[in-house]
Amino acid sequence: MRTKIISLMTAIAALSSSAAFAEDKTLTVYTYESFTSEWGPGAKVAEAFEKTCACKVNYVSVADGVELLTRLKLEGASSKADIVLGLDTNLITEAKATGYFAPHGLDVSAVKVPGGFSDNVFVPYDYAHFAVVYDTETVKNPPKSLKELVEGDPNEKIVIEDPRTSTPGLGLLLWVKSVYGDDAAAAWAKLKDRVLTVTPGWSEAYGLFTKGEAPMVFSYTTSPAYHMVAENTERYQAASFSEGHYIQIEVAGMTKSAQDPELAKSFLAFVTGPAFQSIIPTTNWMMPVAAGNEPLPEAFGKLVSPKKTFLMSSDEVAANRKAWIDEWLSAMSQN
Amino acid sequence: MVFSERRMTIAAGVFCLGGIMLFVGAAAWALLAADVAAVSEGRFFDAYVRRVTRFTLLQAVLSTLISIFLAIPLALALARRPAFPGRIWIVRLLALPLGLPALVAALGLIGIWGRQGVMNTLLANLGLAQPVSIYGLSGILLAHVFFNLPLATRFMLAGLERIPGEYWLIGTNLGMSRLSLFRFVEWPAIRGLIPGVAGLIFMLCATSFTLVLTLGGGPAASTIEVAIYQALRFDFDPPRVIALSMLQIVLTGVLLAMARLLTPPVAEAVTTGRRVIRFDGRNITDKIADALVISLGMIFILLPLAAVLVSGLRADMVRLAADPMVHRALSTSLAIALSSAFFCVLSGLALVAARQTLLQPRRTSPMARGLSSAISGSSALVLLVPPVVLGAGWFLLLRPFGDVAVFAPFVVVAINAMMALPFVYGILDPAMATHSARTGRLSQSLGIGFFNRLRLIDWPGLRRPALMAYSFACALSLGDLGAVALFGSQDMVTLPYLLYSRMGSYRTADAAGLALVLGFVCVILTIIGTPPERKVEGNADAR
Repeated sequence: MRTKIISLMTAIAALSSSAAFAEDKTLTVYTYESFTSEWGPGAKVAEAFEKTCACKVNYVSVADGVELLTRLKLEGASSKADIVLGLDTNLITEAKATGYFAPHGLDVSAVKVPGGFSDNVFVPYDYAHFAVVYDTETVKNPPKSLKELVEGDPNEKIVIEDPRTSTPGLGLLLWVKSVYGDDAAAAWAKLKDRVLTVTPGWSEAYGLFTKGEAPMVFSYTTSPAYHMVAENTERYQAASFSEGHYIQIEVAGMTKSAQDPELAKSFLAFVTGPAFQSIIPTTNWMMPVAAGNEPLPEAFGKLVSPKKTFLMSSDEVAANRKAWIDEWLSAMSQN
Repeated sequence: MVFSERRMTIAAGVFCLGGIMLFVGAAAWALLAADVAAVSEGRFFDAYVRRVTRFTLLQAVLSTLISIFLAIPLALALARRPAFPGRIWIVRLLALPLGLPALVAALGLIGIWGRQGVMNTLLANLGLAQPVSIYGLSGILLAHVFFNLPLATRFMLAGLERIPGEYWLIGTNLGMSRLSLFRFVEWPAIRGLIPGVAGLIFMLCATSFTLVLTLGGGPAASTIEVAIYQALRFDFDPPRVIALSMLQIVLTGVLLAMARLLTPPVAEAVTTGRRVIRFDGRNITDKIADALVISLGMIFILLPLAAVLVSGLRADMVRLAADPMVHRALSTSLAIALSSAFFCVLSGLALVAARQTLLQPRRTSPMARGLSSAISGSSALVLLVPPVVLGAGWFLLLRPFGDVAVFAPFVVVAINAMMALPFVYGILDPAMATHSARTGRLSQSLGIGFFNRLRLIDWPGLRRPALMAYSFACALSLGDLGAVALFGSQDMVTLPYLLYSRMGSYRTADAAGLALVLGFVCVILTIIGTPPERKVEGNADAR
């Protein structure tokens, strides 16, 4: 009898708590797969945000930032996304052109991104500079500038990514364009001899590099941090280029169809706050855009910090991307 | 009775054909009709597309020719040596490369043929300073031959093993030379298979993406598939995606049709089902020559696999084995592979049976001929439909019915089953043709009922090809990355997806370990696909 009463009471308790749960709001965040993967920031971010709101964070993750935009375009205005997190600055113009995003209306003056970035729709949450990462065991004199990379020993090879299929590939294309301008085609024709191969994505390129197939790879200034923190080795380092480095900034935005705009807005404020920012460095392996709760791990202090930052406006990229890729194709296809 | 069975067979085939066409057509229609924020270029076949098309054809034709050319001696040698040491494992290994994701195979190949690979290290030790570079057309061909030489060999071996025992007996009685045996016995058996196998290889190479880019050395080496991917992802231009896909399908369709027209059909042989005993090649030089061919072929196939094994063993396999994510990915992958292979073989059987029933002598009307061509054509060309098109199209179609992530497993199973269909068809079609030529009339005249025939005649006769088809379909689906990344289903992590995901977050060693797990699962599947020979098979009245 007593057990029956107890079980009845627990049942009532369970019912009432699930009733309370049903009143909780859900925030649907569209993001990329590595954000929600087991080592990604996703779970920690959700936990930290759920403490500040009576809500539940629900992730929908697709392959990468570009796929994120594709999915949004396919879904149109009826998308269930409240927040889209993981586009990069190059995609902003196209993302805005869909008309699905709402201005965030936040004061983001505390956010610090090299080169400066501010937008009324998208909030930056992390960044990294692109860089040539090299193997210190085989490269004794790493290039000190993009010029040295282009004109260096063609037998010392680099693996790069394809701008037609990957974000880092597009980053290198824009970097060369920023430095060389109209002479970009000539620079590519020269660099071509040094390029071992052009892979469809970052994973293939970095796989070839860590396999020792090429002593250099096109990656991020933050890549060595992973090897220092997780593998305890300083073998792989990024080369600092005197002209400056091109930057990749990752941004988040809220949709017009967001169920609870206030909740979405508070999430956007949260991503630039200390809790989120202290999770990012060792989970997403990117640089934080604002101060975290604790200082950055020591390894991040050893990374290359470029004196000059290149970033083209996303309008300029959107207007010229096709022409520049064509230029790249013909320069790289010559014999 | 017989009449209604005929109708049932045809109806089942037509049902499958309709299903395939609906599945592809609906996806293409959805993508074109979608009211999406897209800007279309308008001009589809610009200089870029022409260049890409040219390269696609060039590398695919070369890859196909080399694979077929090298597979013939290897298949002949294997067929001549039924007692070669470890032969069953050699035959099983032939199905393995197809089960590996392109990236894994590329890294394996680079471990052997790359700049820092075994071959260049050997050459350097011999005093050659200049390393041999595989990047460029040579690397693409090498990779495609690595994937397709085993495939072609396996198909041809199956054809050679169907040659009736009487042929070898008669050939020996007539004192046929090596060359005559090839001309009159072996070549006719292989010739009939070449258009099908070559078509498969051509399609696999034409749609190759990761291998072409990674080993191609630069954008001069790009395929139409790269342009399709680019058009859907970066440019988001659905009309261009469909136009490029059509280009790929029509171009290949024309080439395959031409190849078929150039090869006349081969007449089926009559046999009493006597045991096959090879009387040829019993002298020592032949034995050495065959052993040499088989060994060279095996070294070529095994070395990159060994490289995958070695780098996999360096991973922390104990931790991976205990990782719940790996368990989940493994069971998801197996569930998808086993079920999509099941549907694939089932529809393959239905399609082949319908086509062969339609073409039965004295019954061919123009409509029956047309329908049978539709069946063989669409079963083959379905491989050319880019999975990204199917993924995006079905995403649009299913969205009104709720959370798309829920549908993801079904779409993946359907896509994988379709992608494996050309392989299954290529295995089953010749096997069933032979089988029905040998048993069809007799069972009909004996008036054996449908189920009795299935149990007593069809299953024993078609068990081996059906299992081979099943294991090929499984392996293919296992190595597939899945075209539903768009669906955003966290519950549907497959092994290749997990592998890429770990690789994408610096966990290269984990990825190598997962590649080993994947290879191991493939090996188990090939054991199912190639069971040991039964000792007593056929009438043992030879000798």
